Amino acid sequence: MSGAELLFAAFGLLAATAAFLAVGSRHVVHAALWLVVALGSLAGVYLVLGAEIVALVQLLVYVGAVVVLVLFALMMTRAPIGIRDDLFVGKGQRLAAVLAGVAVAGLLGGTLLVAVGDATVDPDTARGQAEPIGRAVFAAWALPFELLSLLLLAALIGAVAVSRGRQK
Amino acid sequence: MIHLAGPVVLAAALAGAGVYGLLARRNAVLVLIGAELLLNAVNVLLVTAGTLPAGGLAALSAGGPARATAGDPLLPGPVLAIVVITIAAAEIGLALAVVLLTFRQRGTSDLTELRELGEGSPTYDEHPDAGELPPPASAPETPPGDDRTPSAAGAVR
Repeated sequence: MSGAELLFAAFGLLAATAAFLAVGSRHVVHAALWLVVALGSLAGVYLVLGAEIVALVQLLVYVGAVVVLVLFALMMTRAPIGIRDDLFVGKGQRLAAVLAGVAVAGLLGGTLLVAVGDATVDPDTARGQAEPIGRAVFAAWALPFELLSLLLLAALIGAVAVSRGRQK
Repeated sequence: MIHLAGPVVLAAALAGAGVYGLLARRNAVLVLIGAELLLNAVNVLLVTAGTLPAGGLAALSAGGPARATAGDPLLPGPVLAIVVITIAAAEIGLALAVVLLTFRQRGTSDLTELRELGEGSPTYDEHPDAGELPPPASAPETPPGDDRTPSAAGAVR
């Protein structure tokens, strides 16, 4: 087991554990904080896989912005503090949710495991840096990039319009 | 060298946790946490695919250790991962605005209690065009003609 593989296993295990705690926690705020751990260790996973700029964007956008937004939404909807038992749906539906989750994970993991076989990759860290990504984004991916900025503008206007409510 | 089974299993675990969170949670904000985990499972797969040489898995297995190391110059893996992160940011911003509006109007963010359109609710109507709709059970308290904004009305509650 190489050093990169060991590092990947550590970050991946942390991310998976934190993800399961984020969806299984009986404590609303703890769920959001476990999401921070999951997203942060996923940034480490991206770093091990040689995608440096994606790891930085993950830290900036997810850990920096999305989680803060989630925590503010929890505060503004007066989320209950402390251990609560009413965070989950009824027993039958919860069992169905477990089955659906296991089915999705099994199907996705099984199919992809068969597809990749025992292939190994050697991540090239030079390709994941800012300069090659920037060249690719502003040359080949220029149109999708502009569409993304339009999407962000639309989401911004939409969020403002929705949260202002109906004006008389 | 990293074995590709690791990222694949991680993505599958994240997707499974995300689906469970989407289906089993009642609080709308916690449902969104499940959606975020699903999007991150996609990102793990995209970044993993970005480490493959040009031609993907087929080139990897055909070339063996002496394969050409040239990657795809378009870098589709990391670029698409950044695209997904951006879409996720837009999605959660808009979704949380909807959750906040729902909380102001209904006083709850519990998805199982938002049943105004369901058949079991007192305001459900088989033929909404046939007559005047009855007022909703928990109507927003802003009376018509009041020039206060609904947000101001919700804030004093």
